[in-house]
Amino acid sequence: MARIREALAGGGKLICYITAGYPTPELSVEHALACVDGGADVLELGVPFSDPVADGKVIQYTSQKALENGTTPHRVFDLAREIRSHTDVPIVLMGYYNPIFQIGEGRYVELSAQSGVDGLIVPDLPCEESLSLRQRCAAGGLDLVQLVGPTTSAERMRRIAAASSGFLYVVSSLGTTGARNALPVGAAAVVRRARAAAGDLPVGVGFGISRREHAAAMHQEGAHAAIVGSAILQGMIDGASPEETRRLVSGLKG
Amino acid sequence: MTKDRTRFGQYGGQYVPEILMPALEELEREYGKARKDPGFRQELGEYMRNYGGRPTPLYFARRLTEKCGGAKIYLKREDLCHGGAHKFNNVMGQALLCKRMGKSRIIAETGAGQHGTATAMAAAVLGLRAEIYMGSEDIARQEMNVFRMKLMGAKVHPVDSGSRTLKDALNEAFRDWAASVESTYYMLGTAAGPHPYPAMVRDFQSVIGREARRQLLNREGKLPDLLVACVGGGSNAIGTFHPFLGDKDVAFLGAEAAGEGLSTGRHSASISGGRVGVLHGCKSYLLQDADGMISETHSVAAGLDYPGVGPEHSLLKDIGRAEYVGVTDREALYAFRTLSEVEGIIPALESSHAVYAGMQRAKEMSKDQVVVITVSGRGDKDLDTVIGLMGAR
Repeated sequence: MARIREALAGGGKLICYITAGYPTPELSVEHALACVDGGADVLELGVPFSDPVADGKVIQYTSQKALENGTTPHRVFDLAREIRSHTDVPIVLMGYYNPIFQIGEGRYVELSAQSGVDGLIVPDLPCEESLSLRQRCAAGGLDLVQLVGPTTSAERMRRIAAASSGFLYVVSSLGTTGARNALPVGAAAVVRRARAAAGDLPVGVGFGISRREHAAAMHQEGAHAAIVGSAILQGMIDGASPEETRRLVSGLKG
Repeated sequence: MTKDRTRFGQYGGQYVPEILMPALEELEREYGKARKDPGFRQELGEYMRNYGGRPTPLYFARRLTEKCGGAKIYLKREDLCHGGAHKFNNVMGQALLCKRMGKSRIIAETGAGQHGTATAMAAAVLGLRAEIYMGSEDIARQEMNVFRMKLMGAKVHPVDSGSRTLKDALNEAFRDWAASVESTYYMLGTAAGPHPYPAMVRDFQSVIGREARRQLLNREGKLPDLLVACVGGGSNAIGTFHPFLGDKDVAFLGAEAAGEGLSTGRHSASISGGRVGVLHGCKSYLLQDADGMISETHSVAAGLDYPGVGPEHSLLKDIGRAEYVGVTDREALYAFRTLSEVEGIIPALESSHAVYAGMQRAKEMSKDQVVVITVSGRGDKDLDTVIGLMGAR
């Protein structure tokens, strides 16, 4: 369970998100490995869902395409296993709750662990709803990463940080996932507040982080890791090869 | 940490991104204060009576009763409510709450356009700004309501993702709210979504059942034997049923949209044809595939064309307090025509599902029994659809 924490220790780290199964299951594995080659410290693998309410246009699009080419949650476990056979970098599955609920929380955790997955992020499962999954993750040796955002009060942040494991995911700004031209206003403030609440739990910040200078600014504010997703996926939508993905990630890492 | 106050049995809850949780807490707190405030209740009552036209009549449908040959059929005439549907009841309550909370912008999703229209109306009368998300498929089949919304000053955002219907409009409204939550009030249109919406919307819609109860007691000196209402998200149904929950002899029947038939997969009957799942903030019966991906739904009635259902209905189904049946497009169209012909009342296609289910049940009941069917809205908005389907000229 300590693998994610250890991978983020010391700061200046990069977490790369890609949608499993986009543009095809096979290519998504190649791009994931390219992220690792480019310097990703943790891989966040998106489990495609039909109704991703926390996501912006890019991840909506890649999720839709991945579903169309047959990327079910069970297929994602296969892809994770494939990635795991090539690298030791921690893998976190980012997926909405309904598919987890359908498979069954316990079974989902078991299948994840068997596939070499280290943790889960469930964007529509706030602290109030996550107790049973948290317990199952703990029992199965997985981290359950909880999220906080700009609207989260200090008291709530402490409570959520205490419930989180692996790292604390800081949503940089209001809105959905997706690249923004400038670093969101207020991102620095929410990172500082999260750091104060997180104690020795690492802090990763995502949503709207798309460039090297954004990541550097977030590291400056005390975030252990910057999380980049839509910028990488946009490159893939525009036809990037795995080698181009590797270069993009390498550029983000600085 | 799961708190029972957010649930109906296992159903309901608050399955939303963290960004929205503080807003739901604030809404719950403010609604709790408002409902106990005599000033709020008085202001709402004033709008209900003099702006909304409440109480709506409970009408004894003599000719429909004769045609069916069984129980007496009464119609609760929500079609006569301002705006042409029960949606007014919820929207007026929430709009006053929004104003009280000091938010000037309202967002809402809409399927048939009835909730969007009602939202536009309430925003206009209270001087608030309204933006409505509507699937582009629904925009095409509900042109008149789109025009009505715009006429009353609302901005309509077409939604082109997914099936381009109500579910996708909700997704977009949630995304907007995640970005605008500090200044924006989300006016959810049915008794579903995350807590406190299911309970709050039910409370505002319960005026239907409270009035019907009083009206029928005056008229017949007894309570009804059966209440019938259509169920999409289920707000008019829960508003009709809820004030009778403690009356064990009053049976509840919810009419879901069976579309082209439950066996075809082309329907929107979440309870009759779905499994328990989580969508748009709540756990409830849900139409989905084996992997938990949300199914595309179908109904001739845009307002029923949604894969989920309010969580309280799921509980009422499980404990056997309410019964839910599927009514097909064809059966709803038959009821649409029948009610128009024998009573001179053109019901909404949504409401026609309830009319059909109520007629069938009344036929099997004795003449001293009473059925109350909630006519949730009027059918003017559906004339284009019906002309297309019936080939009527």
